[in-house]
This record gives sequence, C-alpha cells and structure tokens, in this order.
Amino acid sequence: METSITRRRRYELLIGGVLLAALALLPLPIHDVYTRNLIIITVLFAGLAQAWNILGGYCGQISLSHALYFGVGAYVSTLLLTRAGIPPTVGMFAGGALGGLMALLVGWPCFRLSGHYYAIATVVVGEIGYLLALNFDWIGGATGINIPYVRSVGDSWLWLQFRIDKLPYHYAALAFAAVAWLVAWLIEGSRWGFVWRAVKDDPVAARSLAVRIFPSKMAAAAISGALTGIGGAIYAQYVGYIDPDSVLYGQLSILIPLPAVLGGVGTLWGPLVGAAVLIPLSELTRSYLGGSGRGVDLMIYGGLIIVVALARPQGLASLIGVRVRAPAGADDAAAA
Amino acid sequence: MTLTVLLQVAVGGLLMGLIYALVAAGLSLIFGLMDVVNFAHGELLMLAMYATFMVWLATGLDPLLLLVPVAAALFALGFAIYRLLIARALSVRFNRGMVQIFVTFGLAILLRGAAQFSFGGDFKSISTSLLTNRTIDLGGVFVPLPQLAAGMVSLLAFGALLAISRTEFGRALEATREDRDAVALIGIDRDRIFALGWGMGAAAVGIAGVMLATFYYVTPNVGANFALIAYVTVALGGFGSLFGALIAGLLIGLVEALTASLIEPSLKQVGIFAIYLAVLMFRPRGLFGTL
Repeated sequence: METSITRRRRYELLIGGVLLAALALLPLPIHDVYTRNLIIITVLFAGLAQAWNILGGYCGQISLSHALYFGVGAYVSTLLLTRAGIPPTVGMFAGGALGGLMALLVGWPCFRLSGHYYAIATVVVGEIGYLLALNFDWIGGATGINIPYVRSVGDSWLWLQFRIDKLPYHYAALAFAAVAWLVAWLIEGSRWGFVWRAVKDDPVAARSLAVRIFPSKMAAAAISGALTGIGGAIYAQYVGYIDPDSVLYGQLSILIPLPAVLGGVGTLWGPLVGAAVLIPLSELTRSYLGGSGRGVDLMIYGGLIIVVALARPQGLASLIGVRVRAPAGADDAAAA
Repeated sequence: MTLTVLLQVAVGGLLMGLIYALVAAGLSLIFGLMDVVNFAHGELLMLAMYATFMVWLATGLDPLLLLVPVAAALFALGFAIYRLLIARALSVRFNRGMVQIFVTFGLAILLRGAAQFSFGGDFKSISTSLLTNRTIDLGGVFVPLPQLAAGMVSLLAFGALLAISRTEFGRALEATREDRDAVALIGIDRDRIFALGWGMGAAAVGIAGVMLATFYYVTPNVGANFALIAYVTVALGGFGSLFGALIAGLLIGLVEALTASLIEPSLKQVGIFAIYLAVLMFRPRGLFGTL
C-alpha cells in the first residue's frame, strides 16, 4: 500500500524535476551578462546552502567553517590544474574529496564540543585555514592564483573553460545544485536522515535508542564538506581567479548557511527559496546602492536579515506551504 | 633576544590581553545570562571607538574624559538592542539557536554599513591626547602610556564588574543565570535583568573601545578582529565565567605577542588559535567553564 510519505516524496521529486527544467531554460532568453551572472551565483549558493543544510539543518550542527571546505575545493582543483595539468572536471572531485576529508578532520575534535563551543571552534578552525593560506606562498599566498585559459584545448567541458560564453557555467552550477538537492532528498527518506534528525532534536534520547552520535555527525560532515568543496571548484573555474579573500574569508562561512537559515533550515526547499530571495537582493542592492562605498547596501542587507529571521524564524519556505516541524526540543536545537 | 626585550614583549602582550579580557567580559556576561552569542559584539566596540574619535575631533576633549559618557551611551544601546531585537529573538518558536546567531549577525552588517555611511571607510586615529606618544620606563622596560592606561582601566572595569556581582542586583543576575525560569517565582523580572545584562555587557565594550581608540585606528571593520579574539577568549575561559575571561584574555595577549616576536608577526593569530584548540581538547568547556 502506498503511504502518504512515499506519495509526498514522489511529488517532491516531480517538482524538483520541473524546477530543474525551468532553471535550465531560464537564462536562454536573457543575454545581459550581469543578469546571467546573477542567476549563476544564485544557483551556486542554492547548492552551497543545501550542502551546509545537510550538516547544519538535518544534523543540527551549526558549522561556521564551511568557507574552509569551499576554499579547499577551489584550491585543490586549481592547483591540480596549474601545477599538474589535470582537468578541473577531475580536480573538482579531488577537491570534493579533500573538502570532505577536511570536514572530517575538523569534526574529529570539534564534535566533542557542544552548542556555542562547537560553533566558535569551527569559526576558529576556518580562520586558521585562512591565515595559513595567506602565508603559504606555494599556493599563491595573499596574491592568489590566476586560473589560465588552456589555449591548446580551447572551450571545453572537460576543462570547464569557456572564453566568452558563460552559459555553460550556469549548467555546471545547476548540475551541482541539483546533485546537492538530490542528496538532501535521498537523506530525507533514508535511515540516516531519521538518525541525524534524532541527533539534532535530542542527542540523549537518540543515544538511548542506540544511535551512535559521533559517527552520525561525522557522516553528515563528510557529505556536507565534500559537496561544498565541489561547489568551490566550480566557483574557481567560473571566476578564473582565487585568493584567500575570495574563497576562504571568514564571513563566507556565514554567507553559505544564510540562505538555508532564512529559507528554512533542515528542509528540502529552504536553501533554494532562501538563495532565490537573498542572493539577488544582496547583489542588486550592492550594485545599485553600494557603488559609492556609502554602506547603504550593507544597512539594507543587514536589516533584511534581521527582519526575516525575526518574522519568519521557520524560514521563508513556510510562506509557500513547506511544512516545518517544531521539534519538541526546538529551544535547544543550538545546544545539541 | 635579550631578557629585557622579552619582558618588553610580555608586558605589551599582557596589557593588550587586559583589553581583550574586557571585550570578552561583556560577551561572556550576555552569554552566561541568556545563552546568546552576540555576533555584533565587535561592532559595539567599533561604535564606541567612533564615538570617542568623533567627540574628540569635534570638541578636542581628552578621550579619558569620555569614558563615562561613552560607557553610558553604550549601556543605553545595549539595553535598546535587547528590548528591540533580542527579546524577540528569544521568543521565537523555531530554530531559536540559529535565529539569535543570524539576528546579531544581521545587526553587525547593519552597524558596519551605518558606520561606513556616517564616517566613511578610511582609517581614523586620535593624534593628540594626554596619553599619546608617551612611554614610561619601568626599570628598562619601556611601556607606552596609552596601553598602560588601557590595561589599568580594564582592570578597574573588571573590579567594578566584580563589585556589581556582590550587590543585590548582582545576586539577581547570578540567580537568573542559574535558573532563568525559577527566578520569576521569587519576584525577579527576568526581562529587566536580561536588558540590564545587555546594557552592562555593552558598557564594558564601550570602556574598552574608548581606551583602544587612544592608540588604535578606527574603521567600520575594526570590530571583526577583536570580536574573533573575544569569542576565542570567552570559549577559552569558559562561557559565563568573568574570572575565566580575565585569565584567558591575559593568556591570549601574551601568546599573541610572543608568537609575533619569536615566530612570525603575520602568524600571531595562529598562535592564539592553536593554544585555544589545544586547551579545548582537554577542557571542552574552557579553563573555568561550568555551563
């Protein structure tokens, strides 16, 4: 017999597919470079926020070191390209693997900490990564690395390089976001998803039911970090230049979870909705009001974050009918 | 490196550590009371520094005279932030932990933007005051007067915080910290205590900001670095522990100065962070944390 859950999950998959098709067509009638860039960044952040959501939302660990995994992915794929001539489509997975490995390395000591101790320890780990990269000349130090256009190859999907046309990067970002979404969808229906939510809601009760807390957190971290690393690699190829201030800086660790938190943390659609609202708003205010360096864009952006967080703590996705559970221990979600 | 130079470095580090400790004390106080980490803490420091700089620029008043007014202004600001934002963030039904992080983060962005809008993005510093460009010779160890004064004022502020904790109000604070639901039964207005706690936390940062402004440049982003060090200080000392913040602040100031002079200046923060992570491995709740 078909349960309502399997029916709902099939609907979700259907909606996801329709959305994917719509997003694939979206930039076609738009030829303006600025708007296309805006769409690409929005899609990329939808994927990154979804990747964070796997650890921060489903498993409830407020990680503030995702810039590190993003940066590791960007640096690994770029260094493999510039130092070893390995195409970024391969380097991307190496970057993802190392991003996941890094998340495990960070998780090993940090998951022993709880609540704010955990959040702050992750901030510090991320900052150490930034400072070390800044002083590590072999990877370009503070000057960063220019990603060359390999002339002998020309425009190529294998090398993820396109001289003029930015549309292929849209499809790369979209594929990344779709994979992140699909992973979240699979997790929601799997045993892991239930275990992680139990770890988030009430670790003590979960342990009494023989849930192994630490391995659960590590698994969530590895998947989340690996996806974030792949996102970093795609971003590096897209912008063509990386330095610690663009892929490892501390504030990025808050900007990555922001769409997920404001959209609806621990939900399938939250990161998407959050990115769709937040990224265009922040980019548009920056380009129309931030040009003179007068700070108006920051005031609007900061005010917006406050208003959304207070008015819709369950996330913007709830406005379009996404159900958000208020778990019994909702108050202590951060302390878990 | 001679012993005198080493002493010189150590004294400088310890004095800076006192400032770190005072900034962290405000954060720790707020956290201990209501489990809220204020991600706009560095921006409160930045506002206090700008207030000091602007009044000095407009009137020429010595920064030392501004200690009380700026602390009072920051107290009012902290009180208002609690009433307008934090009280609401604490009463949401969903994701309370994340909502408070992102509300204070949003506030930080907003305040940075407001500072840039009002004061521009360039570096500003106070060029003349009773303290600037003076040093004191302590048996061969030369200590810049602004740093020395800042350290002493921080110690005094710590003394004041300790004194307050001995009063009736301080006991109400302690009771609210212990059990924030039960205090309502013995006639303590929890909301009022929280608001006053925010006021005191902000005032502590205000005092640190005035003293820091006598020898440190001001920009809209100056708070970020100090805030990061403050989070580390609080986590190292133990959330909610005033004494822990003091010891951790001193330790961090010392480690920072020693890393900068013995190893490599640009890695001074790595030294701090390494010590912090090493301590957390053995004491997950910090040196003096009980929460």
